[in-house]
Amino acid sequence: MTIQSLDPRVTRAAIPQENETEMAPIPPLDQLESYEVFHLETRGDHPVHVGSLHAPNPEIALLWAKEQYGRRSRTVSIWVVRTEDISVISVEDADIFATTPEKDYREAKGYRVGGKITAYKRQNTTEP
Amino acid sequence: MYGNLSVIDAQPLDPNQVDDPELLAEFEARIARGEKIEPHDWMPREYRRQLIRMIEQHAHSEIIGALPEGTWITRAPGFRRKMALIAKVQDEIGHGQLLYSAAETLGKSREDMIADLISGKSKYSNVFNYPAETWADTAVIAWLIDAGAIINQVANSKGSYGPYCRALERICQEESFHLKYGYDNVVTLATGTPKQREMVQEALNRWWKPIMHFHGPPDTVSVHTEKLTRWKVKMASNDEMRQEFLNAYVPKIWDLGLTVPDPNLRKNPETGVWEFSDPDWAEFKRVINGDGPCNRERLAVRRMAEEQGRWVREALRKPDMKYVTPLS
Repeated sequence: MTIQSLDPRVTRAAIPQENETEMAPIPPLDQLESYEVFHLETRGDHPVHVGSLHAPNPEIALLWAKEQYGRRSRTVSIWVVRTEDISVISVEDADIFATTPEKDYREAKGYRVGGKITAYKRQNTTEP
Repeated sequence: MYGNLSVIDAQPLDPNQVDDPELLAEFEARIARGEKIEPHDWMPREYRRQLIRMIEQHAHSEIIGALPEGTWITRAPGFRRKMALIAKVQDEIGHGQLLYSAAETLGKSREDMIADLISGKSKYSNVFNYPAETWADTAVIAWLIDAGAIINQVANSKGSYGPYCRALERICQEESFHLKYGYDNVVTLATGTPKQREMVQEALNRWWKPIMHFHGPPDTVSVHTEKLTRWKVKMASNDEMRQEFLNAYVPKIWDLGLTVPDPNLRKNPETGVWEFSDPDWAEFKRVINGDGPCNRERLAVRRMAEEQGRWVREALRKPDMKYVTPLS
C-alpha cells in the first residue's frame, strides 16, 4: 500500500505507507559547508552582511545566495565567502574596545575653540 | 509561517551543572537593558536549549508548511497565480533555510535537525498536518495562517537572540506579501460566482479549527515559565496572540459576508475579549502526537527528498570540507 495524496506527484512517487526501516544516519557534512553572504543594494553603498547559507563551492554559493538574498527588491551585487575564512575578534577580547569612546582627542567633538576665542576677545576689548 | 506549539523542553537539565551566577547576572542585565545576545556570548544552558528547540520547530514548520500549498502549484488557476504561489512556496523554504542557520549558531547541526524532524523527535506546526483540499484552501492558508504567523513572528522578532531576530525581520517583510496575496485570493473567490463563494466558505469551515489551534493551547494549560519571559525567549502568551488575531481578522471575514463555523464566537462588548467554543484541544493533542490526516504523508515526503537527494550532496562533498557554525 502506497501513500495516496491530494498531490498527484506524491501519489506517483509510490511511497510505502509504512517505512519498514529507519532512515540511514545522515553523514557529517551532508549539508555541506557554510558561507556568509554580503549584499550590495545600491551603487555607492557598502555591501552588508545579510546571513549565511550552505553550499559545496563558491559558484553554487553565489547561485543560492542570489535565490535566497536577491530574489526581490534591488540588488547590485552579492559577495560570498566561506565562513571558515572569516576571522573574528573573540568575545573574550571585546574589552579592547572599551576605552575607545573615551579617546576624544581623535574626534572633532574633542576640540572646542569657541570659548577660548570669546575669552580672548573679551580680554582684548576690556584692555584700554 | 509558524504557530506556537510547545516552546518548553520539559526534560530537567543535569542538576550537577550549574550556571555561573556572576555570568548569569551579567547576561540578565544585558537583556534587561534591551541589548541582544549574540552567538558567541555566554548564555545559560536553559536559554540555549529552549531557543534551539523553538527556532528548530519554526524552521521545520516552514519546510513542512510548503507541502500543502505546493500541492496546488501544478493546478493554480492562471499563470500569474501560479507564479505567485511558486514565489510564496519558495519564500517558505527560504525561511526554513534562514531559521536553520539561526539555530545552528546555537550549536545544533543542520544534519541533526533534519534527522530529528524525520524521526519525529522534533515537531512542527500542527496545522500542516491537515490537507489543502481545494484551491480555496490555499487562499485561506495564505491569508489566515500567514496572518497568525505574522502575529507570532512580529512578537518574537523583539526577543533577545540576535540571529533569530534578524531572520524574523526578513521573514516578516516577505510574509506581508503572503498575507496580501492570500487576501486577494480569498476576496476574488468571495466576490465571485456562487460556486466560488461556496468553495471559499467550505475551505474556511475546514480550516477554522486548525486556525484556532494555531497559537497553541490556552495559557491556563500551557507551560509558561517566568524565566523564559524574563529572558525574552517567549514574547507573548498563546491567548494574547489568539486574541490579537481574532480582533484583526474576524471583522474582515464577516465583512466579506463569510461566516465562521462557531456559533459562540463573539467579542464581549464589556470585556473586549473574544469568546469562542472549545476548539477541540483533544484533537490538537492527538494530531501533534502523530495521528492527524497528513502527518505520515508529510514526514514520508520529507524523508523521500532527504534520501533521494543524498547522492547529489555526496557527489558535491569534498574531502577538505570542514564544518563551521554560521557566524550570525
